[in-house]
Amino acid sequence: MSISIREAVWKAGRTLILDGVNIEVPQGQVLGLLGPNGSGKSSLLRLICRLRPLASGVIALDGRDIETFSRRELAQRLALVEQQAGTDAPMTVLDVARLGRTPHRGALAAWARHDEEAVESALRATDLWEKRRQTWRTLSGGERQRVQIARALAQEPTELLLDEPTNHLDIRHQLDLLGLLRRLPITSVVALHDLNLAAAFCDRLVVLRAGRVAAAGTVAEVLTPDLIATVFGVTAQIFYRADRPQIAFVT
Amino acid sequence: MNAPDLNTTDTSPVQSGRGRWAALAIAGLGVLVLVMAFAVSTGEIRVPFAVIAKTLGNKLFGAAYSLDPIQEGIIWNYRLSRTVVAACSGTALALSGAILQALLRNPLAEPYVLGISAGASTGAVAIVILGFGGGLLSLSGGAFIGALGAFGLVALLASGSGGGGDRVVLAGIAGSQLFNALTAYIVTTSANAEQARGVMFWLLGSLSGTNWADVGIAAPVALIGVLLCLLHARTLDAFAFGADAAASLGIAVTRVRVVLFALTAAMTAVMVSLVGSIGFVGLVVPHAMRLVVGPTHGRLLPASAVAGAVFMVLADLVSRIIVPQQVVPIGVVTALVGAPAFAVLLTRSRRTA
Repeated sequence: MSISIREAVWKAGRTLILDGVNIEVPQGQVLGLLGPNGSGKSSLLRLICRLRPLASGVIALDGRDIETFSRRELAQRLALVEQQAGTDAPMTVLDVARLGRTPHRGALAAWARHDEEAVESALRATDLWEKRRQTWRTLSGGERQRVQIARALAQEPTELLLDEPTNHLDIRHQLDLLGLLRRLPITSVVALHDLNLAAAFCDRLVVLRAGRVAAAGTVAEVLTPDLIATVFGVTAQIFYRADRPQIAFVT
Repeated sequence: MNAPDLNTTDTSPVQSGRGRWAALAIAGLGVLVLVMAFAVSTGEIRVPFAVIAKTLGNKLFGAAYSLDPIQEGIIWNYRLSRTVVAACSGTALALSGAILQALLRNPLAEPYVLGISAGASTGAVAIVILGFGGGLLSLSGGAFIGALGAFGLVALLASGSGGGGDRVVLAGIAGSQLFNALTAYIVTTSANAEQARGVMFWLLGSLSGTNWADVGIAAPVALIGVLLCLLHARTLDAFAFGADAAASLGIAVTRVRVVLFALTAAMTAVMVSLVGSIGFVGLVVPHAMRLVVGPTHGRLLPASAVAGAVFMVLADLVSRIIVPQQVVPIGVVTALVGAPAFAVLLTRSRRTA
């Protein structure tokens, strides 16, 4: 398993946020992480990056406990796109994308041809190459989000974690991004709110509810009217087109 | 279209950038040497550059130029040591400001935000007025101990409140207020008028009376500071989007914070104990340099180091010559000259951005 999470428990202060979560993500797949606000999606992504310490449980990459990695080793294979990222520094798109090379370079190592290629292909994949000289503050919300995705791709990860990456993106860039994740040979875990996007692009889905896994499996197994009613509290009808479900909400 | 032109972009640190970096570094150091030579030659007695060069030849390389002993004495015993200490303190303060602004992600951060200057002044008045240390400690020694003590308290307060950039700034403000109040309390209750004036003068910063022993402390500290900072340049870049983002880029955030906070505290404490608490350099120089060379620390840190030195040498020169027969506190000069200059820079950067 590319990413395996066993009995993960995490508390913020005294509040239990994740309560015994088990998830397995096979190599190269796109896992959609669904769930209402506050269900623990962002916390889980941070735990996988070891940005917060687990209260108990184990998270492993290819069977190796993340606790045994150095920070740098972890960043060489695992990249995170946070939900909100901002800076006051007058950085250009290129400057931000280049940050992705940080874990691959020593403190004094020269900028290598391969670093340059990784940055360029990341910027092209996110449709930002033409804007590489623009400064951060001149970018729209969607463009900023794409710059962060470019930075994560420049890290050349084998596992990519994205926290609601489609926020602020127009529909074309939403489809482009999720299509890109499907094409890339890497494992990705994507927290999403849009059930239709999840249905269209993810290999497997995990639904979190109040810090526990409420459902896990293939798209067809997970996205049922019953589950949507229980977890999200809305009535939905499900249609199938080319073996992918589409969801219509009944209001 | 297929051939990437990254190598020729103005933000590229690649190949051509290396050569340009070296050229800029040499140019910067050249400017610094010229400014220092100018500062050493200028004063109530003007000394030609040739005499400065010959004095250096005599003192450093044992040459035997015959020189006016008064001129030689002024240069060697008075102006040169003072100018070198000014340059070192400018470098250290500007670097400290650049590091703190990056680590705390707060444009207001500067060395004194960590309470260091306030602690130094309390330490200094405790020695001078209350007579702590029974004559074993100098004013500088007291200032150094006070500075480190205040920093320790601020660090403790900040980590006790959960860490994070804003917490450090808040803890620093609390610490500064406490130590400034202590200083004021000691001065008003225990000092006579003469002592109060002396303390006041020291607090506003003064390079009067600096000697080669001071250079022996300031120069190694500044050099070590520059080297350690340059080693952490890329690490500081990674903090642009916050500590979590830095950690997810492979930075050992806690270790880096400890090392760099300790470095800024030590650099600032040493400089404050030598020259008094000189404000403004740590705040303004990094911002000005960011407008000139951009936010990448590989360029920002060396630029700030050189610009801080140049700024302080010039400020010291102005403080010596602006009022005949009198030395104006250098902190007054840095603020009076620096504040308007910074205001101009800020408004111009807004127009062009």
